[in-house]
Amino acid sequence: MSRIEKFLLLLACVTGLLSLFVYPLNTAGEGIASSPKLQVFCGLTLMIVAVGYALEETVLRYRLLAGIAICAVSLFGAWTLIAWLGIAADTSALAAESAQSGPGAGFWTASVAAWALGWLGVEQLAAVMSRNRLLQLVLRVVIPIVFGAWLLIIWELVTRGLSVPQVLLPSPSAIAERFANSTATLWVDFKQTFLKAVLIGYSMGCLSGFLVALLIDKSSFLKRGLLPVGNLVSALPIIGVAPIMVMWFGFDWHSKAAVVVIMTFFPMLVNTVAGLSAADHMQGDLMKTYAASYTQSLMKLRLPQALPFIFNALKINSTLALIGAIVAEFFGTPIVGMGFRISTEVGRMNVDMVWAEIAVAAVAGSVFYGLITLIERMCTFWHPSFR
Amino acid sequence: MSAEAQSATGNVVTASDLSLRFDTNDGAVHALSDIDLTIQAGDFVSLIGPSGCGKTTLLRVIADLETPTSGDVQVNGVSPQQARLARAYGYVFQAASLYPWRTIARNVALPLEIMGLDRKERRARVERNLELVNLSGFEKKYPWQLSGGMQQRASIARALAVEPDLLLMDEPFGALDEIVRDHLNEQLLQLWDKTNKTVVFVTHSIPEAVFLSTHIVVMSPRPGRIIDIIESDLPKDRGLDIRETPEFLAIAHRVREGLRQGHSYED
Repeated sequence: MSRIEKFLLLLACVTGLLSLFVYPLNTAGEGIASSPKLQVFCGLTLMIVAVGYALEETVLRYRLLAGIAICAVSLFGAWTLIAWLGIAADTSALAAESAQSGPGAGFWTASVAAWALGWLGVEQLAAVMSRNRLLQLVLRVVIPIVFGAWLLIIWELVTRGLSVPQVLLPSPSAIAERFANSTATLWVDFKQTFLKAVLIGYSMGCLSGFLVALLIDKSSFLKRGLLPVGNLVSALPIIGVAPIMVMWFGFDWHSKAAVVVIMTFFPMLVNTVAGLSAADHMQGDLMKTYAASYTQSLMKLRLPQALPFIFNALKINSTLALIGAIVAEFFGTPIVGMGFRISTEVGRMNVDMVWAEIAVAAVAGSVFYGLITLIERMCTFWHPSFR
Repeated sequence: MSAEAQSATGNVVTASDLSLRFDTNDGAVHALSDIDLTIQAGDFVSLIGPSGCGKTTLLRVIADLETPTSGDVQVNGVSPQQARLARAYGYVFQAASLYPWRTIARNVALPLEIMGLDRKERRARVERNLELVNLSGFEKKYPWQLSGGMQQRASIARALAVEPDLLLMDEPFGALDEIVRDHLNEQLLQLWDKTNKTVVFVTHSIPEAVFLSTHIVVMSPRPGRIIDIIESDLPKDRGLDIRETPEFLAIAHRVREGLRQGHSYED
């Protein structure tokens, strides 16, 4: 067992014992006996600790099973703790304000125990060595899910346990509830901002950057004249450009797409220009000995050689485009769009709606980025960084 | 008139009074000076000399990858540029320089695609030339999956696929270890014997030059010039063992003398 695993076991042991026998569960002084499920959880925790100490060798041999069991117990604990918070809130609402009872020290020690188990479980799963492809794939998905789930759980426990004001940081459950209740609005905003402004602006920006790079490659006149101008465009602050684009192209998504075009054009331009000169002299000479035309050596040598650079730009631009479109909506827009929603709901103190929009943006951005990475892997499988 | 009929009799490469000067920031560099050279059809000519003697530059002039400052070069009776555009030669570089996104078969097919040959012809030539360099069965592999020697053999197959009568090779085995190099030298000789091509071969290894060539051109640096042209009377059909014979050692000695005469061993 590694040092960190020993520490986590010890932590789970101490906190489990404290919850079971020492600290009260709520501020009213009730013990853990008032929640049988939490009692079960603490019991399971102590059992895991005991097994971990007594049968160390065996546990290390069956890390996969141990990891699954420990993760399951920790998630059960987290779920029980969150459910208990809900019950406590209900009962304190029923009771008079004077009898209000929040989570006590025992609740927090139990939370720490569950968290320590969660970490321990992920630690076990991450240490699993297997040649089985399917298992590897499953683990690659499961480990980050458990990890991410625990981030949300801690967020939930802290915001609700300490009654953090909604305006500062709403709990994930509140955000999820708001999300579920306003899918129609979120979808309309998503359509306006992502499917129109981002995707169209992104395609136009990347395509024009690419085409201009091809032109620049062909003419040294353009290389000297246009590249510095492109550089200038990249230095324009979008905060300054966005209102002007609104004046030029109107309130609807067109002006946001224009901002995205400006943001994505330059990264694609410089990357493609750099990529087109990435082929070494020998490869170029080879094309010359074949008496290849400009187009032939472009299609068969220089563009394939430039692909890693082009995909780099596509990836950088996928995040730039989303930022650009959302920020651009702060400067005048019809009453729809993710940026519009964020700026107005913040004004109304509906922070949970802001977070719901952020969640949409995060998921959309990650999926977009992931898709590009996937295509990149297929197209540049030969590159030393992949093969 | 086929190119073969023409080259079977005439001079494949003629250079007279050839000079090439590179103007660098540190002043002019005389890469080639007053080169006179005639290469006949079926010859195996090695250019040998120390680094900087212009042997690669001379090969690149023949291939129209460099333009001479003065003098005259003809390849197959026309200018190097016309010869290049007519795809009169195959060029093998120091490194295999295969494209990593193409399989071995598609790498060999690359010049054929550029020449605009149809699919059937391309496939036939790829198959034939891979077999010639003993790479059958590796068609679907990618270059990075092959050893350095196999990659270089693939690049030779790629040059041969053009089916040129003239093969220009620039230290093709320079980066390989001696065992692989011996083996490839033997294969190259067999290939030359079988196909009856003209070969111009750049090297800085004396045994390699003597083993392979019918003519050895000894060059020396500053300025790059020809010191001696040695005609070898070794039989065309030779094995690696010939390197132990007195005849072989006599020629090697003459090459070494030539290099010494050109002060190649100094500084």
